[in-house]
Amino acid sequence: MILTIARYEIRSMFLSPLPWIILAVVQILLGYIFLAQVDSFFILQPRLLGLENTPGVTDLVIAPLFQLAAIILLMIMPLVTMRSIAEEKRNRTLTLLISSPLNMSDIVLGKFLGLLLFVLILVSLLMLMPLSLYAGTELDTGKLFSIYISMLLLLSSFAAIGLYLSSLTENQTIAAVSTFGALLMLWIIDWAGESINGGQSVISYLSLLQHQQKMMEGVFDSSDVAYYLLIIVGFLVLTIRQLDRERLL
Amino acid sequence: MESTALIKVENLSRYYQNNCAIDDLSFTLNPGEVLGFLGPNGAGKSTTMQIISGNLAPSEGQVSIGGFDIIDSPREAKQLIGYLPEHPPIYHQASVDEYLKYCAQLRRVARSAIAGALEQVKLDCGLSDVGHRLIGNLSKGFQQRVGIAQAIIHNPPVVILDEPTVGLDPIQIREIRKLIKSLGHERSVILSTHILPEVQAICDRVQIIRAGKLVYNAPIEALDQGNEQAFTIALKNPPDIEDLRKISLVDTVEPVDSNHFHVFFSAESPAETIVQQSVRNQWGLYEMVPRKASLEDLFIELTHDHEADKR
Repeated sequence: MILTIARYEIRSMFLSPLPWIILAVVQILLGYIFLAQVDSFFILQPRLLGLENTPGVTDLVIAPLFQLAAIILLMIMPLVTMRSIAEEKRNRTLTLLISSPLNMSDIVLGKFLGLLLFVLILVSLLMLMPLSLYAGTELDTGKLFSIYISMLLLLSSFAAIGLYLSSLTENQTIAAVSTFGALLMLWIIDWAGESINGGQSVISYLSLLQHQQKMMEGVFDSSDVAYYLLIIVGFLVLTIRQLDRERLL
Repeated sequence: MESTALIKVENLSRYYQNNCAIDDLSFTLNPGEVLGFLGPNGAGKSTTMQIISGNLAPSEGQVSIGGFDIIDSPREAKQLIGYLPEHPPIYHQASVDEYLKYCAQLRRVARSAIAGALEQVKLDCGLSDVGHRLIGNLSKGFQQRVGIAQAIIHNPPVVILDEPTVGLDPIQIREIRKLIKSLGHERSVILSTHILPEVQAICDRVQIIRAGKLVYNAPIEALDQGNEQAFTIALKNPPDIEDLRKISLVDTVEPVDSNHFHVFFSAESPAETIVQQSVRNQWGLYEMVPRKASLEDLFIELTHDHEADKR
């Protein structure tokens, strides 16, 4: 049942031009950044030759590329998630799902899975760029995989947060703006943490991007994974509760 | 918890903040019955239907469908209902076939039975020719039919329709009515509307609610019986009212204005006699309208007077 909703969700998403535009724009921007990174690597390369234990292509090209991608997607994910529940509320089509024999969790998980599929498509497309380097050089596959997983986790938590904020309103713009605000806040929250305690305070622990940092460097820490899963599960539960609560208003 | 009634509503109340929309409402729906749910705007019709379909939670009271409580076992209860809300929940960017297939899946129609159910429901609702078109491009009447199709695709024993004929043209209204009537053969239907002839045409039982309270609940036949029959006549040169009263078969006559009279009778119609008398005495009869002992009178009496009294 969850799969049915997810399948319909992703299909109806791609019926509108928005996801195509988003995929195209992200691809163009990151393609340019990727080229610039490769270029600067060529300039750096001769100087690295003599040193020992030098960072490779994966560290100098791919990791920075995906760090930038994370920031760009932080601005773009709200546009993907904004419609998921708000639009149904506005068009009063949520009634269809609610009066069908489904649990509220089926509806929310179905919607989330639909978003997850989009995230998967997006990240996989981005992954093609670094993979193209295999044609000319050796890459650190482990690191690449770690980066891939970290992007999926990060974007999934963006999606969960966006889904929740989309369930709070009928207005897609409000959903998008508040999601953007929330994601940005969760990104910059560690700035304060750094200035107070040299980077290891509770506040900085909350930062979404902070946890990705280590994974980008290839350190696959289960506590970071747990952090993302916690965010995802937390916001999904909030969404379910929100939809349940609305029947009481 | 076996009960013969398909839907059982007990002491249902619903508040929006401090505003009471439904006040201690109780009724039942029997299998195979078409129940007309009447009431002025804001009487709580839609709210009641939203609660029965599980879209709103009741503040107090219980709703059970086929023995399943809508709050405690919503999945089982919802499986038994098809619900068409006031605004049909249709996806404008989907085609009719796609949408109905999705609905069938959501209602747990077996995978192998979906194609058959889709064909049947399209046939029933007159959608066979528009299966490939986008719902957003269809006219309002067709969208309404898609809404009804969505409610009956999983063959539920209870169908709840909230103002299904609103905004349709007269021909479409007639078709939808026919459809609803045919639904009533196999299923129970709750129909809310404020079009009174509609209720007289298709319902087995009428309920009138006003300000969240049930004020009338009776089979539709009860309306026809007990009421006197009457028609209104218009005369150019009316005689003395006593002369009219003396005509055989006439029970009594009430003047409306100087030319119009209500003529009441109980057994046989005095129409022929009146026409003959009119010709003989040159009363100049130019209008004769049968007055249906009407739901309308009842409706207005039950829903309107009280409000005027309060003021």
